[in-house]
Amino acid sequence: MVGRTPLQRLLGNIGLYGAVFLYVAFALLPIYWTVKISVTPENLLYSEGIRLWPSRVTFANYASVLKATDFPRFFLNSLIVSLSTALIVTVVASLAGYALSRFRFRGKAWVSLVLLLTQTFPLVMVIPPIFRIMSQLGLTDNLYGLIVIYTAFNIAFATFLMQSFFDGVPKDLEEAAMIDGCTRVMALRRIILPLTLPGMGATVAFVFTAAWSELLFALMLINSDDQKTFSVGLLTFIGKFAVDWGQMMAASVMALIPVCIFFMFLQRYLVTGLTAGAVKG
Amino acid sequence: MASVTLRNVSKVFGPVNVLSGIDLTIEDGEFVVLVGPSGCGKSTLLRTIAGLEEATGGEIRIGDRKVNDVAPRDRDIAMVFQSYALYPHMDVANNMGFSLALRKEKPETIGKRINEVSGKLGLGALLARLPKQLSGGQRQRVAMGRAIVRDPKVFLFDEPLSNLDAKLRAQMRTEIKALHQSLKTTSIYVTHDQIEAMTMANRIVVMHDGLVQQVGPPLELYDYPANIFVAGFIGSPTMNFIEGMVTLKDGAGVRLADGTIIGITAGLHVTEGQVVTIGMRPEHLHLADAGIAGEVMVVEPLGMNTQITLTVMGDRLTLMAMDRPKIAPCDPVKLAIESSNVHVFNKLTGQRIG
Amino acid sequence: MTLVAEIPHDVARRGRFAVVLEPWTYLSPALVIIATVLVVPLVIGISYSLRKFSAFRSEYVGLGQYRTMLGDEVLHGALFNTLWWTAGSLFFQFFLGLGLALLLNRPFHGRKLVQGLVFLPWAVPTFLTGLTWTWLFNPVIGPLPHVFYAIGLQAEPVTILADPATAMWGPIIANVWFGIPFFAITLLAARKSIPAELYEAAAIDGASAWQQFTKVTLPFLAPTIAITVMLRTVWIATFADLIFVMTAGGPAGSTNTIATYIYVSAFRALDKGYASAVAVLLLVLLIIYALIVIQIRRTLMKDS
Repeated sequence: MVGRTPLQRLLGNIGLYGAVFLYVAFALLPIYWTVKISVTPENLLYSEGIRLWPSRVTFANYASVLKATDFPRFFLNSLIVSLSTALIVTVVASLAGYALSRFRFRGKAWVSLVLLLTQTFPLVMVIPPIFRIMSQLGLTDNLYGLIVIYTAFNIAFATFLMQSFFDGVPKDLEEAAMIDGCTRVMALRRIILPLTLPGMGATVAFVFTAAWSELLFALMLINSDDQKTFSVGLLTFIGKFAVDWGQMMAASVMALIPVCIFFMFLQRYLVTGLTAGAVKG
Repeated sequence: MASVTLRNVSKVFGPVNVLSGIDLTIEDGEFVVLVGPSGCGKSTLLRTIAGLEEATGGEIRIGDRKVNDVAPRDRDIAMVFQSYALYPHMDVANNMGFSLALRKEKPETIGKRINEVSGKLGLGALLARLPKQLSGGQRQRVAMGRAIVRDPKVFLFDEPLSNLDAKLRAQMRTEIKALHQSLKTTSIYVTHDQIEAMTMANRIVVMHDGLVQQVGPPLELYDYPANIFVAGFIGSPTMNFIEGMVTLKDGAGVRLADGTIIGITAGLHVTEGQVVTIGMRPEHLHLADAGIAGEVMVVEPLGMNTQITLTVMGDRLTLMAMDRPKIAPCDPVKLAIESSNVHVFNKLTGQRIG
Repeated sequence: MTLVAEIPHDVARRGRFAVVLEPWTYLSPALVIIATVLVVPLVIGISYSLRKFSAFRSEYVGLGQYRTMLGDEVLHGALFNTLWWTAGSLFFQFFLGLGLALLLNRPFHGRKLVQGLVFLPWAVPTFLTGLTWTWLFNPVIGPLPHVFYAIGLQAEPVTILADPATAMWGPIIANVWFGIPFFAITLLAARKSIPAELYEAAAIDGASAWQQFTKVTLPFLAPTIAITVMLRTVWIATFADLIFVMTAGGPAGSTNTIATYIYVSAFRALDKGYASAVAVLLLVLLIIYALIVIQIRRTLMKDS
């Protein structure tokens, strides 16, 4: 902007980059620490606890996690659950979000309100009843039960996201398509959805991360080792005997990788997509 | 190609009557312009004909077929939107061919048709481009091309030129009119710009507050407006309106507030002393030695004519002189007008008396 | 301009009934799932709150559980902690998130990369966050106690999680770390949708940067702020994972919030009835809160 002296500009830049640095450092510190611990050899763990980087780096932790534990199984389970949940939720939320974006109808405000209020349900409160129902349905101790529950809990926010994304696509386009010969469903499929693909990707990423990190339900509903998600598996690392922190952190790092990559790429679409829909909710 | 008939069409949005009792017959091959100020219902009417809105009451026919319950895709119509509504992820060729692809036409047929139409509109070089790579005028042409490719019974235009600059708009007006002359498809065109209406229409439909004010060829609306609204809407600069009382003593005339008497056509359905509003087009007023007294406010020389704004009895009057009179602001002048050029309206109802 | 179609239109001789039904068809999968998986258990859960559970049976006690709640000291402590936990987390998350959003709105070198990095905390599973921060606070293996000691915040480098007076700050800080991206993303998106001309006009009118912020940015962001704050508050209030992993509600119940208390009651003490009653309390509080915020937001939207 015109009107700032070179000194002001310099100070402004220092302030800007300084703040940016602080935010990034703060954001990365725990992740960095996790990585650091994961490559620290066991005998140096406590003695070199507060060093920024261990004097000797080892990948033994990663090796043992991959070979000697059930961790790969846990990882796979989490992947199955999170991916399934993300995909199902995105499809369902797209339909719902589309309806809320395009149609005016009686009861619309109520629907939005109900969706919003489902977010207020304390998970813990619904756990006992859900457990009872699930066990009667035979859905405990397997991944399907988790998928069902995670889906239900994520639909509201995902719908909110998708509604925003749809709001960013002009209604003209569907009308033009419907005049050109499409039914509404065809217009949705051929014209609107390709344009909201980034938004859908962002929603998938968001739900994936939410499902990936869920702990309580997984803890409650899963008992057999081969059905555990990695979040539960990690916790049982602690439960067993002497905690092997190095291994735990190695496992965590590996668990972090897909989510972080996923999220890092797709958060950009979250921002641009939400902007287009002007996050009016 | 087909006619479009509207019988007692109405549309209600909650408590608001957006359209009331619309009766209209658009002949096969006609170019009809729906014109009126914002909110008059013209866009709603167009969208109702398209099937994008559902009529609350009345009947809509395309050709002989009643289409009230028919989906837009089955009405065999094409529409050009104000925002063009081009599919952003498809190139120009695919945009234009979309409707044919939906009908599962053969690719060769589609290709041939696209080439034909793009040739007519000068879009040949742009076929592989995406909409975001086109200028406003080019997008507008693609939108029209998309409509033409379909060879529909009716073309619908929803203020297609509003987003273009003045020069481009004038150019496109001529092009659209030429296209209509060559294609002869029934066309319904919505605009708020009365110049577009005047230059392009076979007939104009003036709308206000959801009602049809008048229907007729442009010149008929210009010379014989049915009410004050139409009189004030059609024609630029706008018609001048003054109130007065009818006096029939020395021949038919209207006495203005300052005592001046304006002669009007004889034999009109008026009574002595009746309060009326008279309308005078700027080009019919001329500077004279006797007549309405006023003071020059602003003189705007337009080259081929001169627009003069005057204050008369506290109001403003506009005069369009075909020459360049030597007057300046604050000059006192007198205006006269032929009695046959004076429009007389009932003050209360706004309806034309003569 | 195109009006919002009151009813969608590919009517095709299906009649008005089918037309009115159309939006509901799109909504049905979502509504069915929510009804069966959330609403039904919720109702059952509420019914549990009217019963007392022990080893193998349950008996109906009407409002007995609720009466017990009134006298429950631990619950009162938990209520207080919940307030502390929620308000503290929210305050810092929100303002830091807002600051980050405004920062990311300015162009600077490497902004894309920075944006990707600072949003990472949201992707980290929450219990992992809890674990790692526990580590960071531990003087033997983490740097933070030493930093706190060095800058004078602590008399000696110990973990803040062991002291009832400071324990709550542990989860709060971890929660803030986790929650900043949420606000940063949503507020950044909302900020970007404010037309530039408004700022230009304000600048020409003589507004300083602060005035532009208060007169242009804040009013436009207000509806978004209302909804994100509300959502996040609710999520935080019901959030037990983080606290559970870091302190399990201790030491001495100083980090026990309603959410962790419910968990403990339900699964340690095995009295599902009591846990449900407490949960109902939480639910009612949150619903009231949500409705208030929605009302505020509606008034804000009317004014804008």
